[in-house]
Amino acid sequence: MKRFAFATVSTLAVVAGSSVLAEPQAEVLHWWTSGGEAKSVAVLQEEFASNGGTWTDMPVAGGGGDAAMTALRARVLAGNAPTAVQLKGPAIQEWYEEGVLADISSVAEAEGWADVLPASIAGHMQCEGTWCAAPVNVHRVDWIWANADVLAANGIEMPTTWDEFNAAADKLQAAGVIPLAHGGQAWQDATVFETVVLGIGGPEFFQKALVDLDPEALTSDTMVQVFDQMRTLRGYVDENFSGRDWNLATAMVMNGEAAFQIMGDWAKGEFLAAGKKPGEDFLCASTPGDGYLYNVDSFAMFDVDGDDKKAGQDLLAKLIVAPNFQKVFNLNKGSIPARTDVGLEDFDICANLSAEDMGSTSAAGSLLPSYAHGMALRGSQSGAITDVVTAHFNSDMSSADAVQQLADAVANSY
Amino acid sequence: MSEWLENHLPKVVLAPSFIAVLIFVYGFIGWTAWVSLTRSKLLPKYEIKGFIQYERLFDSPRWDTAINNLYIFGALFIVIAMVLGLLLAILLDQKIRVEGAIRTIYLYPMALSMIVTGTAWKWILNPGLGIESMVQGWGFTNFEFDWLVNPDYAIYTIVIAAIWQSSGFVMALFLAGLRSVDGEIIKAAQVDGIPTWRIYTAIIIPSMAPIFLSAFIVLAHLAIKSFDLVIALTGGGPGYATDLPATYMYAMAFSRGDIGQAASSAMIMMLVVFAIVVPYLYSELRAKND
Repeated sequence: MKRFAFATVSTLAVVAGSSVLAEPQAEVLHWWTSGGEAKSVAVLQEEFASNGGTWTDMPVAGGGGDAAMTALRARVLAGNAPTAVQLKGPAIQEWYEEGVLADISSVAEAEGWADVLPASIAGHMQCEGTWCAAPVNVHRVDWIWANADVLAANGIEMPTTWDEFNAAADKLQAAGVIPLAHGGQAWQDATVFETVVLGIGGPEFFQKALVDLDPEALTSDTMVQVFDQMRTLRGYVDENFSGRDWNLATAMVMNGEAAFQIMGDWAKGEFLAAGKKPGEDFLCASTPGDGYLYNVDSFAMFDVDGDDKKAGQDLLAKLIVAPNFQKVFNLNKGSIPARTDVGLEDFDICANLSAEDMGSTSAAGSLLPSYAHGMALRGSQSGAITDVVTAHFNSDMSSADAVQQLADAVANSY
Repeated sequence: MSEWLENHLPKVVLAPSFIAVLIFVYGFIGWTAWVSLTRSKLLPKYEIKGFIQYERLFDSPRWDTAINNLYIFGALFIVIAMVLGLLLAILLDQKIRVEGAIRTIYLYPMALSMIVTGTAWKWILNPGLGIESMVQGWGFTNFEFDWLVNPDYAIYTIVIAAIWQSSGFVMALFLAGLRSVDGEIIKAAQVDGIPTWRIYTAIIIPSMAPIFLSAFIVLAHLAIKSFDLVIALTGGGPGYATDLPATYMYAMAFSRGDIGQAASSAMIMMLVVFAIVVPYLYSELRAKND
């Protein structure tokens, strides 16, 4: 009897729901498992639930997403893809080419995504003209962080060119301070490398060399200069840097052991967590040169069967890009919202600077994808470049050899 | 019926594992070989495109480094672990006191996983935390021991950690071998007044040839499939100076979405194993047939 009553009520409810027949379901694969990140995901989870959806969490930690990608591959091959997956950059297009992504254009058009997202970021979310992913945040990669007291004590300003940086670093080294805190892991070497490419070559050169992979740009004299600067930077790093995690390098800046660190804005989270104040205890500025390198996290929507899952997908996409989530999530994570119409009053000065620069560089066409963080190139190409960059940085390879190897590695990566 | 069962029982019992091995070992070897001939990227594709992945593999400086590291690591690891293991076994075999306790101590590293070994040695060898800073703290400020962060020497730190982990196990193998040598022969030799070192080099060690072979096979396959130690100790760095074929394969398959390339490197690894195991099997089988 009870069951009958329940069935009747739910039937009525379904009928009353008319347009959306099924309860939204979403299974979400992500690797935001560390403290601040998990908190950020919980925000989305709550919003999804309060809109009547059922969220199935599928966190896969480990390997900077490698483990999650392995899980994803297994699920897709088994014909049972998750509803939404944390994916970014060209990886979205790669999965699209495998024919497994869904089309969420109806949501994107209804919500007017094209008007609120910067054009180059919106480009990553589209697969041959249809929308297939929803952006969550924008991390800026080309940041240089500094210990305010150390700079003041040595009479140094934030450098605006690489020559200024080198001069400052020499001065710091003479004073017994480690000029550059760095962790010798391949991706960190790559992060520094791309900021040097942007600084020395400029946005157009960056586009040609690290996005279009133009062989002429890769073997140009400018690229030789970039590797020369990398060699100079190698001299500013303490000798114990191999294998160090980035957050330990951040700690070196925090406690005054080192002066600068070049790292994306997730480093800010470390400073803030230690109770340091931006502008007072630590300084943030873009690395020398023009331009803006972004690293955009996003959720790609996979093709799923069943109205409840499709409804869940649409709801999820809508919530992710909605102003409220964009704001709350990014306050937690230290990045800035991907949409440009979110008020930034609650964000700190570094985030405001980031948002301001995103607007101006987007207009100037120098808003560029980060190669080191998988936004500009596919895995095998970016990996091939990183191999050369890290081999050069960690050996006595000459810049001319490095440039030649770079061109060979890129040609060999297809 | 019962007669049929009696005749075929061994086959029936063995069939499931036989089928499982056929599929999960040889079937997947075949699958990997097939994929290594395609241009598979993120997901496997089955359209054969020739030997392009092998050409790419042999053009890659990183693969060169990985293979060279395998030679260096494999040769040093196997030779030193065997010599050290044999030495320890001979010393332990001198009817010393508390042999059991000492044997356990030497064997103990084997109880740790490679990840633990790698992490512990990472701290011991780290110039800022470990041996270098300790000796410098004693006043020898010129002392340098930076192998872990020096790309030319980092591979040797992996050799050190691997030997520390495995030589106790090799010792146990050799100790068993030493104990199995016929005591009468040794006594006869001692009666004849032959010096102890001659007894070892002319009688005991030659009679342990099968143990050497087993130790070699065990160590060789440990060396070729080494992965966790590298990941824990150096993460393949500095740069990719300590990459081994297994870590290369992992990077290609799981980080870079280049399955074809990963498959070709896996095939080469398998050929290296074959190059070692096939002569061994051949000699074993021939010995049995004789």
